[in-house]
Amino acid sequence: MDHSTAAITPGKSVWDGGASPMGISYGKLMMWFFLMSDAFTFSGLLITYGLVRSSNPAFEGSVESFQFATTHWPIPEKVFDAVPFLHGVELPLVFVGIMTFVLIMSSVTMVLAVEAGHRMDRLAVEKWMLWTIVGGLTFLGCQAWEWTHFIIGTEGGTVMSGYIDGKMTAYTVTGANLVQNQYGPPAFADFFFFITGFHGFHVFSGVLLNFLIFYNTVSGVYDRRGHYEMVEKVGLYWHFVDLVWVFVFTFFYLV
Amino acid sequence: MAHKEPQIVVLPPDTEKIKKLWKVALFLLFVTMVEFVIAFTMDHGPLKTFIFVVLTIVKAGYIVGEFMHLRYEVKVLFWAVLIPMIFVVWMLVAFVYEGMQIIPQ
Repeated sequence: MDHSTAAITPGKSVWDGGASPMGISYGKLMMWFFLMSDAFTFSGLLITYGLVRSSNPAFEGSVESFQFATTHWPIPEKVFDAVPFLHGVELPLVFVGIMTFVLIMSSVTMVLAVEAGHRMDRLAVEKWMLWTIVGGLTFLGCQAWEWTHFIIGTEGGTVMSGYIDGKMTAYTVTGANLVQNQYGPPAFADFFFFITGFHGFHVFSGVLLNFLIFYNTVSGVYDRRGHYEMVEKVGLYWHFVDLVWVFVFTFFYLV
Repeated sequence: MAHKEPQIVVLPPDTEKIKKLWKVALFLLFVTMVEFVIAFTMDHGPLKTFIFVVLTIVKAGYIVGEFMHLRYEVKVLFWAVLIPMIFVVWMLVAFVYEGMQIIPQ
């Protein structure tokens, strides 16, 4: 599809006006710029995680002998090892893997919606947008479960020690919140809530935008307009959400 | 004034393009599975982290290049998006290094 506003006159620079030097429409260019700024925000969060993590001692010893304590940073696979309906079964990172799969699949259905939009195929756009929305909602549901599990914690909790009224006291912590964390240093839980929360908020907004596009497609707005460029713009945003998850998955769950 | 409905011509699906998109998706899932295998078979260390970072950048490249179509855009746009990411890389290196110098209480 040609988005340039005017043909370039020979001998004249593309930057002299009357042409789109970037070769895309204003709306898409602004979406790219917004995504760049958003990428910097997410980088800020993930880099701060890197800073705090590298300033905390890592666990020395084998993975099997690992235990939760505030004195060392937790091994993520030991924290995230639960899957819904499989209580008590240790399945490290399996649920996060499922979430990653869901998000990548919803990214594919989004590209297929964009491809259908290029062909002005309203029915195909409707179908793929609907699948994308289903994928987004599934991901949000998974994240809600993950958060609930993280907040409630494991049976029995972890015995930790710290100063209460100036005296070293042992106490049990079950689950996690912004000040207490049974899995390790409180900062670990803070980063979990902030990073996956900020990403989840993006997924939530993405689902709303996708629904808006789906609604407009069904009501024939883009057929009347003569193009489906809005699908492309929201598609860019949706892929970005997937992209961020790829980084969160690596730096929070794997490394 | 008579309102003229625009003539809508629906083109047939571009099977080659769709096939390619599914191939990219399969590749992304394959790389994720490789990451899983590495996560449970390799000892923790700098090499493991390095492999994860490389695989993540490969995945990111395919998402931005193919799904977001950046690979096929004008060179100016391509570099306008990529070059600022140098700052992110520098910031990451600087902050992680700085973090290692902080002595925990």
